[in-house]
Amino acid sequence: MTTVQSRREFHLDSDTYDDLVAHARSDVPYEVCGLLAGRDGTLTAHYRIPNAARSMTLYNMDPKAMLHAMNEMDDNDWDLLGIYHSHTHTEAYPSSTDIELAFYADAVYLIVSLQAPDAPQIRAFDIVDGQVSERALVVDGERASRSLIPRNARRAGSAGEQTSGESR
Amino acid sequence: MAIEVRVPTVLRKHTEGERRVSGDGAHLRDLIDDVGDRHNGLRAALVADDGSLHRFINVYVNDEDVRFMQGIDTPLSDGDVVSILPAVAGG
Repeated sequence: MTTVQSRREFHLDSDTYDDLVAHARSDVPYEVCGLLAGRDGTLTAHYRIPNAARSMTLYNMDPKAMLHAMNEMDDNDWDLLGIYHSHTHTEAYPSSTDIELAFYADAVYLIVSLQAPDAPQIRAFDIVDGQVSERALVVDGERASRSLIPRNARRAGSAGEQTSGESR
Repeated sequence: MAIEVRVPTVLRKHTEGERRVSGDGAHLRDLIDDVGDRHNGLRAALVADDGSLHRFINVYVNDEDVRFMQGIDTPLSDGDVVSILPAVAGG
Protein backbone atom coordinates (compact mmCIF):
# COMPACT_ATOMS: atom_id res chain seq x y z
CA MET A 1 0.00 0.00 0.00
CA THR A 2 1.39 3.33 -0.98
CA THR A 3 0.48 6.60 0.60
CA VAL A 4 1.05 9.76 -1.31
CA GLN A 5 1.50 12.89 0.74
CA SER A 6 -0.52 15.31 -1.29
CA ARG A 7 -0.35 19.06 -1.02
CA ARG A 8 -4.10 19.27 -0.85
CA GLU A 9 -5.74 20.42 2.33
CA PHE A 10 -8.94 19.73 4.17
CA HIS A 11 -10.33 22.56 6.26
CA LEU A 12 -12.26 22.17 9.49
CA ASP A 13 -13.32 24.73 12.03
CA SER A 14 -12.30 23.90 15.58
CA ASP A 15 -15.90 23.43 16.71
CA THR A 16 -16.42 20.71 14.14
CA TYR A 17 -13.05 19.21 15.01
CA ASP A 18 -14.09 19.05 18.64
CA ASP A 19 -17.50 17.65 17.66
CA LEU A 20 -15.87 14.82 15.74
CA VAL A 21 -13.69 13.93 18.73
CA ALA A 22 -16.69 14.16 21.06
CA HIS A 23 -18.70 11.91 18.77
CA ALA A 24 -15.86 9.39 18.61
CA ARG A 25 -15.67 9.36 22.41
CA SER A 26 -19.42 9.01 22.81
CA ASP A 27 -19.63 5.32 21.94
CA VAL A 28 -16.25 3.88 22.93
CA PRO A 29 -15.28 1.12 22.34
CA TYR A 30 -17.49 1.10 19.26
CA GLU A 31 -16.73 2.94 16.06
CA VAL A 32 -18.88 5.93 15.17
CA CYS A 33 -19.41 7.48 11.75
CA GLY A 34 -20.88 10.51 10.07
CA LEU A 35 -20.97 12.88 7.14
CA LEU A 36 -19.85 16.46 6.57
CA ALA A 37 -21.62 18.56 3.98
CA GLY A 38 -20.73 21.91 2.55
CA ARG A 39 -20.67 24.28 -0.31
CA ASP A 40 -17.57 25.68 -1.96
CA GLY A 41 -15.45 23.89 0.61
CA THR A 42 -17.19 25.50 3.60
CA LEU A 43 -18.98 23.19 5.99
CA THR A 44 -22.73 23.63 6.22
CA ALA A 45 -23.82 20.51 8.09
CA HIS A 46 -22.48 17.72 10.26
CA TYR A 47 -24.50 14.52 10.41
CA ARG A 48 -23.88 11.91 13.05
CA ILE A 49 -25.05 8.70 11.42
CA PRO A 50 -25.66 5.61 13.55
CA ASN A 51 -23.21 2.78 12.98
CA ALA A 52 -25.48 -0.12 12.01
CA ALA A 53 -22.59 -2.53 12.61
CA ARG A 54 -22.07 -1.24 16.19
CA SER A 55 -18.67 -2.81 16.20
CA MET A 56 -15.20 -2.10 17.54
CA THR A 57 -13.67 -2.82 14.15
CA LEU A 58 -16.32 -2.03 11.52
CA TYR A 59 -18.75 0.66 10.59
CA ASN A 60 -21.68 0.59 8.23
CA MET A 61 -23.79 3.70 8.10
CA ASP A 62 -27.41 3.16 8.97
CA PRO A 63 -29.04 3.15 5.53
CA LYS A 64 -32.09 5.20 6.40
CA ALA A 65 -30.25 7.90 8.35
CA MET A 66 -27.72 8.12 5.55
CA LEU A 67 -30.50 8.48 2.95
CA HIS A 68 -32.07 11.34 4.88
CA ALA A 69 -28.73 13.13 5.19
CA MET A 70 -27.86 12.64 1.54
CA ASN A 71 -31.30 13.81 0.41
CA GLU A 72 -31.02 16.93 2.53
CA MET A 73 -27.64 17.67 0.99
CA ASP A 74 -29.02 17.12 -2.47
CA ASP A 75 -32.06 19.31 -1.81
CA ASN A 76 -29.83 22.12 -0.51
CA ASP A 77 -27.30 21.74 -3.28
CA TRP A 78 -24.58 20.89 -0.77
CA ASP A 79 -21.68 18.64 -1.56
CA LEU A 80 -20.63 15.66 0.45
CA LEU A 81 -17.28 16.99 1.63
CA GLY A 82 -16.27 14.44 4.20
CA ILE A 83 -16.99 10.95 5.46
CA TYR A 84 -15.65 10.23 8.90
CA HIS A 85 -15.41 7.33 11.25
CA SER A 86 -13.47 6.51 14.35
CA HIS A 87 -10.81 3.98 15.10
CA THR A 88 -11.03 3.33 18.79
CA HIS A 89 -7.90 1.21 19.09
CA THR A 90 -5.82 1.79 16.00
CA GLU A 91 -4.13 4.67 14.27
CA ALA A 92 -5.86 7.27 12.13
CA TYR A 93 -5.06 5.53 8.88
CA PRO A 94 -7.42 3.76 6.45
CA SER A 95 -7.68 0.02 7.04
CA SER A 96 -7.77 -2.36 4.11
CA THR A 97 -11.56 -2.50 4.52
CA ASP A 98 -11.74 1.30 4.46
CA ILE A 99 -9.85 1.33 1.19
CA GLU A 100 -11.83 -1.49 -0.35
CA LEU A 101 -15.17 0.12 0.48
CA ALA A 102 -14.32 3.71 -0.38
CA PHE A 103 -17.02 4.29 -2.98
CA TYR A 104 -17.16 8.08 -2.71
CA ALA A 105 -14.13 9.26 -4.59
CA ASP A 106 -15.17 12.91 -4.39
CA ALA A 107 -15.37 12.94 -0.60
CA VAL A 108 -12.48 13.19 1.82
CA TYR A 109 -12.26 10.34 4.30
CA LEU A 110 -11.52 11.46 7.83
CA ILE A 111 -10.45 9.10 10.57
CA VAL A 112 -10.63 10.01 14.23
CA SER A 113 -8.27 7.85 16.24
CA LEU A 114 -8.66 7.32 19.95
CA GLN A 115 -5.69 5.01 20.09
CA ALA A 116 -4.16 7.48 22.53
CA PRO A 117 -7.31 8.37 24.46
CA ASP A 118 -5.93 11.64 25.76
CA ALA A 119 -4.47 12.67 22.45
CA PRO A 120 -7.10 11.98 19.80
CA GLN A 121 -5.96 12.47 16.27
CA ILE A 122 -7.82 13.24 13.06
CA ARG A 123 -6.29 12.65 9.68
CA ALA A 124 -7.79 13.21 6.24
CA PHE A 125 -7.37 11.10 3.11
CA ASP A 126 -8.43 10.88 -0.47
CA ILE A 127 -9.09 7.26 -1.34
CA VAL A 128 -9.48 6.79 -5.06
CA ASP A 129 -9.24 3.45 -6.85
CA GLY A 130 -7.39 1.92 -3.93
CA GLN A 131 -4.86 4.73 -3.81
CA VAL A 132 -4.58 6.57 -0.51
CA SER A 133 -3.26 10.10 -0.41
CA GLU A 134 -3.21 12.12 2.76
CA ARG A 135 -4.42 15.69 2.93
CA ALA A 136 -3.08 18.24 5.32
CA LEU A 137 -5.77 18.89 7.90
CA VAL A 138 -6.21 22.60 8.54
CA VAL A 139 -8.12 23.63 11.66
CA ASP A 140 -9.19 27.27 11.89
CA GLY A 141 -6.61 28.11 9.29
CA GLU A 142 -3.72 26.38 11.00
CA ARG A 143 -2.21 23.14 9.89
CA ALA A 144 -2.84 20.44 12.42
CA SER A 145 0.25 18.43 13.20
CA ARG A 146 -0.13 14.73 13.67
CA SER A 147 0.48 15.08 17.35
CA LEU A 148 -2.11 17.79 17.68
CA ILE A 149 -3.98 17.58 20.92
CA PRO A 150 -7.26 19.38 20.49
CA ARG A 151 -7.82 22.30 22.74
CA ASN A 152 -10.48 20.59 24.74
CA ALA A 153 -8.65 17.28 25.05
CA ARG A 154 -9.05 16.21 28.60
CA ARG A 155 -9.57 13.15 30.64
CA ALA A 156 -13.16 12.26 31.31
CA GLY A 157 -13.99 13.60 34.71
CA SER A 158 -11.28 16.23 34.83
CA ALA A 159 -13.04 18.78 32.71
CA GLY A 160 -12.89 21.31 35.52
CA GLU A 161 -9.12 21.51 35.25
CA GLN A 162 -9.42 23.59 32.15
CA THR A 163 -11.18 26.82 32.72
CA SER A 164 -10.87 27.94 29.17
CA GLY A 165 -11.19 26.08 25.92
CA GLU A 166 -9.02 28.68 24.25
CA SER A 167 -5.50 27.63 24.99
CA ARG A 168 -3.66 27.76 21.73
CA MET B 1 -46.37 4.77 -14.96
CA ALA B 2 -43.49 6.99 -13.93
CA ILE B 3 -41.02 6.33 -11.20
CA GLU B 4 -38.38 8.85 -10.22
CA VAL B 5 -34.88 7.60 -9.60
CA ARG B 6 -32.53 9.72 -7.50
CA VAL B 7 -29.02 9.20 -8.74
CA PRO B 8 -26.06 9.80 -6.40
CA THR B 9 -23.15 11.95 -7.50
CA VAL B 10 -20.89 8.95 -7.98
CA LEU B 11 -23.26 7.42 -10.53
CA ARG B 12 -24.14 10.59 -12.45
CA LYS B 13 -21.41 9.82 -14.95
CA HIS B 14 -23.93 7.29 -16.28
CA THR B 15 -26.79 9.80 -16.47
CA GLU B 16 -25.04 12.68 -18.22
CA GLY B 17 -24.88 14.44 -14.88
CA GLU B 18 -28.62 14.22 -14.21
CA ARG B 19 -29.46 13.84 -10.53
CA ARG B 20 -32.91 12.48 -11.25
CA VAL B 21 -34.05 10.24 -14.06
CA SER B 22 -37.40 8.62 -14.56
CA GLY B 23 -38.36 5.17 -15.67
CA ASP B 24 -40.99 2.50 -15.66
CA GLY B 25 -41.27 -0.94 -14.19
CA ALA B 26 -43.62 -3.14 -12.22
CA HIS B 27 -40.69 -4.31 -10.10
CA LEU B 28 -37.35 -2.81 -9.20
CA ARG B 29 -35.62 -5.18 -11.59
CA ASP B 30 -37.76 -3.90 -14.49
CA LEU B 31 -37.07 -0.30 -13.55
CA ILE B 32 -33.32 -0.93 -13.48
CA ASP B 33 -33.54 -2.59 -16.89
CA ASP B 34 -35.55 0.35 -18.22
CA VAL B 35 -33.26 3.12 -16.99
CA GLY B 36 -30.24 0.95 -17.74
CA ASP B 37 -31.29 0.84 -21.39
CA ARG B 38 -31.12 4.62 -21.57
CA HIS B 39 -28.21 5.18 -19.21
CA ASN B 40 -25.40 2.90 -20.14
CA GLY B 41 -23.46 1.58 -17.17
CA LEU B 42 -26.15 2.17 -14.57
CA ARG B 43 -27.35 -1.41 -14.59
CA ALA B 44 -23.86 -2.83 -14.11
CA ALA B 45 -23.32 -0.42 -11.25
CA LEU B 46 -26.38 -1.74 -9.47
CA VAL B 47 -26.77 -5.39 -10.36
CA ALA B 48 -24.26 -8.16 -9.75
CA ASP B 49 -23.56 -10.99 -12.19
CA ASP B 50 -25.97 -13.27 -10.35
CA GLY B 51 -28.83 -10.85 -10.94
CA SER B 52 -29.12 -9.58 -7.40
CA LEU B 53 -28.30 -6.08 -6.21
CA HIS B 54 -24.67 -5.40 -5.44
CA ARG B 55 -23.95 -5.97 -1.79
CA PHE B 56 -22.66 -2.48 -1.17
CA ILE B 57 -25.35 -0.59 -3.05
CA ASN B 58 -28.31 0.59 -1.01
CA VAL B 59 -31.54 0.96 -2.96
CA TYR B 60 -34.59 2.51 -1.37
CA VAL B 61 -38.20 2.63 -2.49
CA ASN B 62 -39.47 5.85 -1.02
CA ASP B 63 -37.82 5.62 2.40
CA GLU B 64 -37.47 1.88 2.74
CA ASP B 65 -34.32 -0.08 2.11
CA VAL B 66 -35.28 -2.80 -0.38
CA ARG B 67 -33.17 -5.28 1.58
CA PHE B 68 -36.00 -5.25 4.06
CA MET B 69 -38.58 -5.59 1.29
CA GLN B 70 -38.15 -7.98 -1.61
CA GLY B 71 -34.78 -6.86 -2.85
CA ILE B 72 -34.58 -6.50 -6.60
CA ASP B 73 -38.06 -8.07 -6.87
CA THR B 74 -39.68 -5.31 -4.82
CA PRO B 75 -42.90 -4.20 -6.55
CA LEU B 76 -43.22 -0.56 -7.58
CA SER B 77 -46.15 1.78 -7.97
CA ASP B 78 -46.70 4.90 -9.98
CA GLY B 79 -45.19 7.87 -8.17
CA ASP B 80 -42.65 5.89 -6.16
CA VAL B 81 -39.25 7.46 -5.66
CA VAL B 82 -36.31 5.11 -5.89
CA SER B 83 -33.05 6.29 -4.34
CA ILE B 84 -29.64 4.75 -4.87
CA LEU B 85 -26.70 5.16 -2.51
CA PRO B 86 -23.46 3.26 -2.40
CA ALA B 87 -22.88 2.06 1.14
CA VAL B 88 -20.63 4.04 3.44
CA ALA B 89 -18.75 1.41 5.36
CA GLY B 90 -15.32 0.33 6.41
CA GLY B 91 -13.27 -0.91 9.27
